[in-house]
Amino acid sequence: MIAEQLIEKAGKQPEPSPPLAQHPTGAQILIEALCFEGVDAIFGYPGGAVLHIYDELWRARERITHYLVRHEQGAVHMAEGYARATGRVGVVLVTSGPGATNAVTGIANAYMDSTPIVVITGQVPRHLIGTDAFQEVDTVGITRPCVKHNYLVREAHDLGAVVREAFHLARTGRPGPVVIDIPKDVTAARASYSRLNHVSFPFTATRQKPQQQVVAKAVTTILNSRRPILYVGGGIVNSGAGESLRAFAEELQLPVAPTLMGLGGFESGHPLCLGMLGMHGTYAANMSVAESDLLIAVGVRFDDRVTGKLATFAPQASIIHVDIDPANIGKNVAPTLSIAGDAQAVLTEFLSFTKQVSPQVLDESLNARESWWKKIRAWQRSQPLRFSGSQSQIKPQAVIRELHQLTKGEAIITTDVGQHQMWVAQFYPFTRTRQLITSGGLGTMGFGLPAAVGAQLAYPGQLVIAVVGDGGFQMTNQELATAVQYNLPVKILIMNNGYLGMVRQWQEMFYDRTYSEVDISVAPDFVKLAEAYGAAGFRATHPDELHDVLKAALDHKGVAVIDIVVSKEENVFPIVPAGANANDMIVQNDGA
Amino acid sequence: MRHTLSIIVANQPGELSRIVGLFSARGFNIETISVGSTLDPHWSRVTIVTRGEDRTIQQIVKQCERLARVREVQDVTTRPHIEREMALITVAACAGAERQEVLSLVSVFRAKVVDISHTHVIVEASGNKEKVDTFIELLRPIGITDITRTGHIAINRLAAQIAPVEELEDELISQL
Repeated sequence: MIAEQLIEKAGKQPEPSPPLAQHPTGAQILIEALCFEGVDAIFGYPGGAVLHIYDELWRARERITHYLVRHEQGAVHMAEGYARATGRVGVVLVTSGPGATNAVTGIANAYMDSTPIVVITGQVPRHLIGTDAFQEVDTVGITRPCVKHNYLVREAHDLGAVVREAFHLARTGRPGPVVIDIPKDVTAARASYSRLNHVSFPFTATRQKPQQQVVAKAVTTILNSRRPILYVGGGIVNSGAGESLRAFAEELQLPVAPTLMGLGGFESGHPLCLGMLGMHGTYAANMSVAESDLLIAVGVRFDDRVTGKLATFAPQASIIHVDIDPANIGKNVAPTLSIAGDAQAVLTEFLSFTKQVSPQVLDESLNARESWWKKIRAWQRSQPLRFSGSQSQIKPQAVIRELHQLTKGEAIITTDVGQHQMWVAQFYPFTRTRQLITSGGLGTMGFGLPAAVGAQLAYPGQLVIAVVGDGGFQMTNQELATAVQYNLPVKILIMNNGYLGMVRQWQEMFYDRTYSEVDISVAPDFVKLAEAYGAAGFRATHPDELHDVLKAALDHKGVAVIDIVVSKEENVFPIVPAGANANDMIVQNDGA
Repeated sequence: MRHTLSIIVANQPGELSRIVGLFSARGFNIETISVGSTLDPHWSRVTIVTRGEDRTIQQIVKQCERLARVREVQDVTTRPHIEREMALITVAACAGAERQEVLSLVSVFRAKVVDISHTHVIVEASGNKEKVDTFIELLRPIGITDITRTGHIAINRLAAQIAPVEELEDELISQL
């Protein structure tokens, strides 16, 4: 329901705006339209094609704060961090050509992880389009496969309606990125603009309630199942369905296995929670899926990192698939029953139907599943998440455990992609939605630091920590300057093992230890680098100093970089090798 | 299996490439594509003929429906419909027996001669794919020098179960 409230909010923008000229310029219309959507922060980088917009932005700086990044990819990741932390639409402004192409990685990342952002790109003047003009690229063409929708705005008088629709598209249904490409002369052209500009969106799906008989059938199927499991993902987070999910799972005592994107959608420490499923999921979660007779999949898309080999995924299970995007249903697996709908709306219906079930039927159902829970508990006991400790080297898993204790489990955590990301997923139990902001679908190195900056902006009072690898950190570390400039006191925890760790792990396990091009031990001194940027630098190299160094860094008031030198060849376990299934899961190193 | 998709999309620049992109991203070949405005000029109808597994096609249909400017997607293959395509065929046929053969085929297939020179004839044929294919095959031995085909267009049949005239024609042709 959050999205709807936001639309309400956007429609009733209370801020009194200064009177507009009768025929404002395109740039003025753009700023007004953004204000009308409730935008108060933009992440961007100026350039020739957006000069008119930046000129107006300067005049409007009391209403919209612009955050000057150091690379356009960083701008998009910041907008994503902001959007993922709040559920609001993140906004990016970049110039044409390289400005737009640098933003593409972020746009693709937002597309894969269903993140609502609006990216405004400058374009060369209309009469130069198609002439290979200076800093010209076909932005609409380049971004087409990784946006929900994009626009090339041809007339200034279209701008109001385009912005209105772009925000609507970005935040409704399955959220995602929308690109607005604006030629420079359009931003200078004069046109009329009315704030009451009414735009109708005839084809965007509204949140329909699922049909009662489908709900009845689904709940009955669940009640009759003997080995059910809830498989929940990012859809829970996006629709704000955490509460409904918990109530429903508790009512029917259903085991819950969240995906990476679903972490926090269900409290990790909850007795019903089996931990993450998938490639690096827990033994209990993956075995439960493998032996279940009913998979209740909510807000998920059966990603290959979850399913492994599709043919042998949950081989005995019927599948109930609930997702807001009809195109996700039947994409990878054929469900027995499917509902194209919002997770929050559907789970609420499930719950209210369950409440009407007679206590006798409910008891029978719960009793019939006692042996299932016994089996699950046995799996949990036999193969808990674990790692071997060390007296001489800092174990990366121990770092995350320590971080969890020091932050009382309350910090907002962002990550890049790779080993450190999986250790965060495994060893930092998340308790609330939007607490973990990670690059799931695209797997983008360098996401964590800028995403943390965006999240910190949204929640200035909270502790925001980017857990990154030494590889990913070096892809976007220039955004330290942005964090310092705007005094956004993020903490960057580098799990420094001198390797591209996940690739090295695969080379060790599946390529006879041929470590081909994964040694990145030639790197800057991260403490000095932090200091060069005006941030504080900390380092821990021995287990004995881990606690104190981490604590000092987290207590530091400003931006801090924490270089934790961890054991070099640690592996992430369990692992289901790519294209395999739960029975092929490797739970620990040989002999470890 | 062969599928004919009929897609109603806003008549705006760039919208066609969104649709085509869904096919090319999967490495699907589009056999034919034709675009024209509908009764309402704000909307275009795109007719695409492609081959692929039913499930993958269904997926493309859903992803098409998700596009912001697509109003409707139908896999017309799954319902009664009429398909037509037109071909312009240049045949090398000098005056005499060859030209007579061309003209008699034109007459049988209810095609039309649209241009003629001392050495060549351009004929226009329309009908379903089989009819046009057959016509081309029969002309081939005489000497085709160029062909251009429009690709399929399709429309749903009316509810009433009356066999339209063209259908009867097609049957006649198939009996030949």
